Amino acid sequence: MIVEFDPTPEQEQFRAVVRDFAEGEIAPNAAAWDRDHVFPVDAVRAMGKLGLFGLPFPEEYGGGGADYLTYCIAIEEIARADASMAITLEAGVSLGAAPFFYSGTEEQKQEYLVPMIAGEVLGAFGLTEAEAGSDAGATRTRATLDESTSEWVIDGQKTFITNSGTEITKCVTITARTAPNEITNIVVDSGTTGFVVQPPYRKMGWHASDTHELVFDGCRVPEDHVLGVRGEGFKTFLRILDDGRIAIAALALGMASACLDASVAYANQRQAFGGPIGRYQSIAFKCADMAVAVENARNLVYKAAWLREQGRPIREAAAMAKLYASEIAVDATREAVQIHGGYGYIDETLVSRFYRDAKILEIGEGTSEIQRLILARGLGLPVE
Amino acid sequence: MNVAVCVKQIPDPAVPGSLSSDHTLDRSGKLILDESDSYGVEMALQLVDAAGGGEVTLISMAPNDEVSGLRTALAMGAAKAILVSDPALAGSDALSTAKVLAKSIERAGDIDLVLAATESSDGYTGTVPAQVGELLGWPALTFSRHVEIADGKVKVQRQTEAGYDEVEASLPAIVSVTAGVVEPRYPSFKGIMAAKNKPVDKVTAADLGLDASQVGWAGARQEIVNVEQAPARQAGEKFEDDGTGAEKIVAFLEQLKVV
Repeated sequence: MIVEFDPTPEQEQFRAVVRDFAEGEIAPNAAAWDRDHVFPVDAVRAMGKLGLFGLPFPEEYGGGGADYLTYCIAIEEIARADASMAITLEAGVSLGAAPFFYSGTEEQKQEYLVPMIAGEVLGAFGLTEAEAGSDAGATRTRATLDESTSEWVIDGQKTFITNSGTEITKCVTITARTAPNEITNIVVDSGTTGFVVQPPYRKMGWHASDTHELVFDGCRVPEDHVLGVRGEGFKTFLRILDDGRIAIAALALGMASACLDASVAYANQRQAFGGPIGRYQSIAFKCADMAVAVENARNLVYKAAWLREQGRPIREAAAMAKLYASEIAVDATREAVQIHGGYGYIDETLVSRFYRDAKILEIGEGTSEIQRLILARGLGLPVE
Repeated sequence: MNVAVCVKQIPDPAVPGSLSSDHTLDRSGKLILDESDSYGVEMALQLVDAAGGGEVTLISMAPNDEVSGLRTALAMGAAKAILVSDPALAGSDALSTAKVLAKSIERAGDIDLVLAATESSDGYTGTVPAQVGELLGWPALTFSRHVEIADGKVKVQRQTEAGYDEVEASLPAIVSVTAGVVEPRYPSFKGIMAAKNKPVDKVTAADLGLDASQVGWAGARQEIVNVEQAPARQAGEKFEDDGTGAEKIVAFLEQLKVV
């Protein structure tokens, strides 16, 4: 048996580049973006210029031709500076671009995938509704084919849709019911009549990430805006959700590892009762536990990425990585705030922002409960 | 248009450095691209791009066949590199270094322009570019904040204390560029992968036709006698503001001849 834990020298070199970029272009502004609820288009374009939006896609579409682990490393490094920019990247790639890569016609790839890969435009994926999220079978948004004009007429709404209302959002791919037991993916271009993007949500965290409710009211799109095969919408989004969970886990890993670094630095620097607080076991052991959790999460995330690269089944591995990494990220941010004491509760500190930003990781792209359900079912349990 | 860029690979400034017993910087660990050289690399890539053809060649002298820093510059887009690595080069002073770089530039052949940083981030002599120019018999333009090629000449804005001078020279020439001449790009993943297969010509001093007596400790005209800690910064002068604070500040500034 051969076990290889070292990323390649090129992956490590790219990690250093993305870390440089994140520290230079994102970290100095992240607190202000968070405070002002700004979606920084220029920073998103800069990520595009660096090639981050095209990493896991082939070069023929302008992509980086990178393996999935390299993409995860990029998300991890961006997340160390700012969770909002990391989710913008993750959603742009895994939810916006990936459906076009997997299911798009050549024409759709040229029109949508290529500019998404360049980071010039963003795509969004509209699955969740007020009464349908992980229970996608309950989807109420309907698309009816108007034979006379060869158009889909879409009615319904979608909630919590990331990247759906930015000034560079090109389209939203939605799941819609096209027959009683049929879910189909349909591409709705931004600005289409009858497609209303509601004002952004006021969120607990991820303030610089763009999230909206979308309303479709007699919205008409051409018949050829179906993405993939009619009726196979379920299949497509299950695939992109599995992939996306690994990427979300990488995001959680980045946040947790940044908390570990910030905590250790603070514990060494902060003086109390005549010495650094890191000399107290109550603080030092928190850091030690955090280090174990970060290491475990990294192993789960990288292994899941590796499995995917090998073309092996990833459903359970992705669920484990997402479940574990998101829960330890919430733990790590909480303990990091505790270690920072009062300063950890001040808006400007990284750990305070991360504390607010981490909670959604246990909810988005499948709650922790859904991950446990996937795992329990994988174990053969008759769990409901 | 072929541009050569002198790039130095240095110990990571983020890691505390240490001195060897001979008073030189310990360079045995991993070395990285000197950030001040990334500006020259970017400038070279842009000049070649603007010229519509040609390539960028990196020139570096480093111990232990170190290529980490070269890989970064190759990932940015340079086509190839010449690396001079030879135990005989240990202890080289600025002039010996310039000899090695000048010979390497001749080895590269067909170079129209050489770019270098104004000074390295670890040695700070700031003399090497002009020395290389002298050894090659080429014009050397220094402290350039803007570089362009026009009518077969290189035209630069030479940074001065008050502004800049416009200076031009015939080609081939060597130009040292300041940080800020252009904004260096971040290497892309594609660039990093491509860099793996770009040629690095590893040579010794002898390959360049340099005798061991001309370089390293043997050829150095300079000797490091001792190294001492820089004196700690003196505490400033404190004034209690008794209503004359502004006048005292003005008087202080006048004494410094800044107002």
